Amino acid sequence: MTNNGSNETPLPNDASGKDSTGETATWRVKTGLAQMLKGGVIMDVTTAAEAEIAEEAGAVAVMALERVPADIRKEGGVARMSAVEKIEEIQKAVTIPVMAKARIGHFVEAQILDALGIDYIDESEVLTPADDRNHIDKTVFRAPFVCGCRNLGEALRRISEGAAMIRTKGEAGTGDIVEAVRHMRQLWDGIRSLQNMATDELPTAAKELQAPLELLREVKELGRLPVVNFSAGGVATPADAALMMQLGADGVFVGSGIFKSDRPSAVAEAIVKAVTHYQDPIVLAEVSRGLGAAMRGEAVASIPVEEQLAGRGN
Amino acid sequence: MSFQFDVGVLAVQGSFAEHMQILSEINCPAMEVRSQKDLEQVKSLIIPGGESTTIGKLVRRFDLIEPILGRASEGMPIWGTCAGLICLAKDLGPSDPPILGLMDIKVQRNAYGRQIDSFETAIELDSTQGDPFHAVFIRAPIIVSIGPNVEVVATIGQNSIVAVEQDQYLATSFHPELTDDPRFHLRFVSKIKG
Repeated sequence: MTNNGSNETPLPNDASGKDSTGETATWRVKTGLAQMLKGGVIMDVTTAAEAEIAEEAGAVAVMALERVPADIRKEGGVARMSAVEKIEEIQKAVTIPVMAKARIGHFVEAQILDALGIDYIDESEVLTPADDRNHIDKTVFRAPFVCGCRNLGEALRRISEGAAMIRTKGEAGTGDIVEAVRHMRQLWDGIRSLQNMATDELPTAAKELQAPLELLREVKELGRLPVVNFSAGGVATPADAALMMQLGADGVFVGSGIFKSDRPSAVAEAIVKAVTHYQDPIVLAEVSRGLGAAMRGEAVASIPVEEQLAGRGN
Repeated sequence: MSFQFDVGVLAVQGSFAEHMQILSEINCPAMEVRSQKDLEQVKSLIIPGGESTTIGKLVRRFDLIEPILGRASEGMPIWGTCAGLICLAKDLGPSDPPILGLMDIKVQRNAYGRQIDSFETAIELDSTQGDPFHAVFIRAPIIVSIGPNVEVVATIGQNSIVAVEQDQYLATSFHPELTDDPRFHLRFVSKIKG
């Protein structure tokens, strides 16, 4: 360190200025954090030790979970918000943002996560839904929300409820990328269709998509969602991650793919590099070396539709 | 040397697309920088917002530190926003080694707290810059102290320094790339010579 202490100008800088003048929990601040996560990898972790491995590998955030989706799928039972101690232990272990999941419609789990100062709440189909009709009103929370979608209509319904970030659902815990690809393609197909529509066709499209007309107008003008969109549910290799980026994801969630592989830190680091250099096959080949066996996984085609998680939520 | 682009935006992670968008709106030729080869094509560099821990690790892993320092010693202008400011600072506290260490400032990471404490507010610019600037602070760092050759560009109220300049470097703890006010981008572009 080359700083010469004697030359420094000390400042009466106690950060107290921000409380009197700043506005917190605004839409721009909520969507803004997601913008800072772009081009990054968000990793599922179940312990402080895993969180440290994820941070060291270059994760932009971690998702604090009781069990990774592959275990939820295998063990069954009701999947709920993580234990508070677990979340706090992970918050203490890392400086990157910590996210955690609440059950669909379980606004009290969300209130608890908000009280813990969680950086992002995932209202997630991976947990057992608490409400089979309604999602959480996400506008009333300080913490921003990310929600899953399979297509444009679902994405816009979640945004209209206050989601500041979207992820395509895929099929969590399978290590099979097919649903992630399907949902990402469906989403972009929806966006491209809107762009081709005449203005007077939008009201009918809004009815069909069951989404607010105002958001349809915005998507048509922007040519993308008005919030950041990551890919989730099935990413197991650097190639999977780069595939989702090339299909138009802003970043990638990796769940079971890291800690269910032979060499978690090597796989985690390789996926991080693959997301930055997703358009460079030479780098992708290089980072794909020496990773050992990827998670074994389970083909989505072999899972009965009623056991698939992506159908949860509306 | 002849460079193809006025500005390179470091694109290893973070809000690089937002910077590219504003640069295109002010008609400034710019490209995304992910490698040493990319760096050789630009006259100046913006290090965007993002996760500073991640960006710090990636610039090391992709062997970008030495090439950036080399260009900096030849006078290349660099602007860091939020995570980028952390990359530029010489002092990140006792347990945290500097990343590029080019600016004589001491910085505390995530100093305002967690995401729920992130905020937006109008900040005062130095007298030459006109109206207050609407600034967005996301898990923002604080500039704890500055060296004698560092100039204050903007503050919150009287006390908190949130933008500084030193030689060919500019650093802001907030995100001009999240607003549609191009004044900081224009200020940075004016540093580029030739």
